[in-house]
Amino acid sequence: MKVRFWGVRGSIPVPGEHTRRYGGNTTCIEIRTDGGALIILDAGTGIYQLAQSLLKELPVSANVFITHSHWDHIQGLPFFIPIFVPGCSVNIYGAHDIVASTGIERVMDVQMQYSYFPVREAELKARMQYEDVQPGVPVTIADATVTPVMLNHPVVDFGYRIECNGKSVFFTGDHEPHQNIYRPEDEGFDAYRQMIEARTADINTAIGNVDLLIADSSYTAKEYETRVGWGHGTFDSSIALARAAGAKRLACTHHEPTRSDDELDRVFADVLQRFPVGDNAGLSEIFLAREGLEVHL
Amino acid sequence: MTTAAATNEQAPAQQRLVRAVEKMPAFPKAVQQVLALCRDINCPPRDLVGVIEHDPVLTVKLLRVINSASYGLPNKVTSVNQAVLYLGINTVKNLALAFAMIGVLPARNAAGFEVQAYLVHSVATAALARYLASRPQAGEVDPDDAYVAGLLHDFGKVVMATHLPEEYRNVLETAEAEGVPLHVVERRLIGADHAEVGAMLARHWQFSPALVSCIGNHHENPDMDGLTACVALANQLTRRAAVGNGRHVFHPDEVPVTTRFGSEFASIDIALGSLDSIWSTARAYAESAK
Repeated sequence: MKVRFWGVRGSIPVPGEHTRRYGGNTTCIEIRTDGGALIILDAGTGIYQLAQSLLKELPVSANVFITHSHWDHIQGLPFFIPIFVPGCSVNIYGAHDIVASTGIERVMDVQMQYSYFPVREAELKARMQYEDVQPGVPVTIADATVTPVMLNHPVVDFGYRIECNGKSVFFTGDHEPHQNIYRPEDEGFDAYRQMIEARTADINTAIGNVDLLIADSSYTAKEYETRVGWGHGTFDSSIALARAAGAKRLACTHHEPTRSDDELDRVFADVLQRFPVGDNAGLSEIFLAREGLEVHL
Repeated sequence: MTTAAATNEQAPAQQRLVRAVEKMPAFPKAVQQVLALCRDINCPPRDLVGVIEHDPVLTVKLLRVINSASYGLPNKVTSVNQAVLYLGINTVKNLALAFAMIGVLPARNAAGFEVQAYLVHSVATAALARYLASRPQAGEVDPDDAYVAGLLHDFGKVVMATHLPEEYRNVLETAEAEGVPLHVVERRLIGADHAEVGAMLARHWQFSPALVSCIGNHHENPDMDGLTACVALANQLTRRAAVGNGRHVFHPDEVPVTTRFGSEFASIDIALGSLDSIWSTARAYAESAK
């Protein structure tokens, strides 16, 4: 299995000289199964460059798994060139929208409207298919399976575990470790804490022993203090997740749009100093996701 | 109503009730609080949970959307807190806002059903059921499950009163004139009582089997399990304390619906200690909701 990062930035694209090394595009990850099937995790602006790379192998069959519907994870969809090419098939998978009471097709419909885009969804030339997925129910894509896991974000977010021939990768999408909504002195505090512990254990099991964990590591621990409840993880929480789940390697992604390449290096050096890899039993490598980086599993 | 044939025969009526509840507004107090809380980007999640937990309509709707097939969660979500844990507070907030935008349940309806008394009775029963569930005599009962079951045990009443107003007015008047319990008259005049209607809706929305069973059995088979016993006794003690009774007045000859907490009310009173804080909290809520 091959994993390639096309977009590693959170919130909004930030092209420019300060983000040249790690990249300024929002979330998009390409996965090629051993048999060559194409799985795409999220459709941030990084999917545009991915689409360019696919032009030499048209027609393609693309399986796009959306972790959640926030802009930075869907805004590249209308520019995913295969949707305009006859003979291509594009299958979009994701969560039912519980508030709008619609399926995952909504991520296309809301963007491809007259006011926002010149082409309507009905005019696309590829064979478009939309499928709502359910937590814990695997989807088979050629020689791989993709299993959704419900995580924690201000909108429903599914992490995905992809397995192919005994190798595995897990992408969190955007995820903040669950926080207790009660204060320690409140009556409901202990009961809620127990529920969080049970939920966390379930998530750790679902990620269990993955070869590569790609995790939302937006903030430093210090930055997180003023961003509790925003739905994102920290470098420290991602490392804790990797350890608890027994992940072998950890890729930190969803870089803050305000963080320049140099700042990212500096922040990450501090992380590595505090969490020397040799001390992380079972976790052999922690690295920063960057555009163009390819990982072979 | 539990057999497949009976369910099929009543399918059109069931569908009508299901659709009606989807359009049903919540209680004025909760709607007002949801709208106020949703104007504040920093509204504490526990405050929003507190509001939803005091409103049977909001609670029903939240559990309905999360337990419907769209997420196929391995375990049924049985409490508002669990819904927050799975969906996140922002999603619950947006759902609550959507429910609140439907409007408010009128205080008076054509059936003459006392909506305010129903709300106070439900809130008090819920709080007491949670307290009973935390006692050793209850056995293995989750206090959060008991709370929700207590809040929703009479949900069928407000559904029937709202959507079958003429028939339900007749039920209320007959029950009062004859001094017969409401569920008996409901069955005679409408063909199903509020426990059956509540259970039917809960089953349709794929609530947990324990919750469906508790709502359906709280009159007919109150001691069938720990959860139902907690809710049925809480219901009875709430009527006995005359907290939000509506027209179902406690009769001096009644005996406890379960012996788990004592065989007579006198011994139950001793076993449970003072319930004043539960009654005063429920009355205060009722007062503030006027």
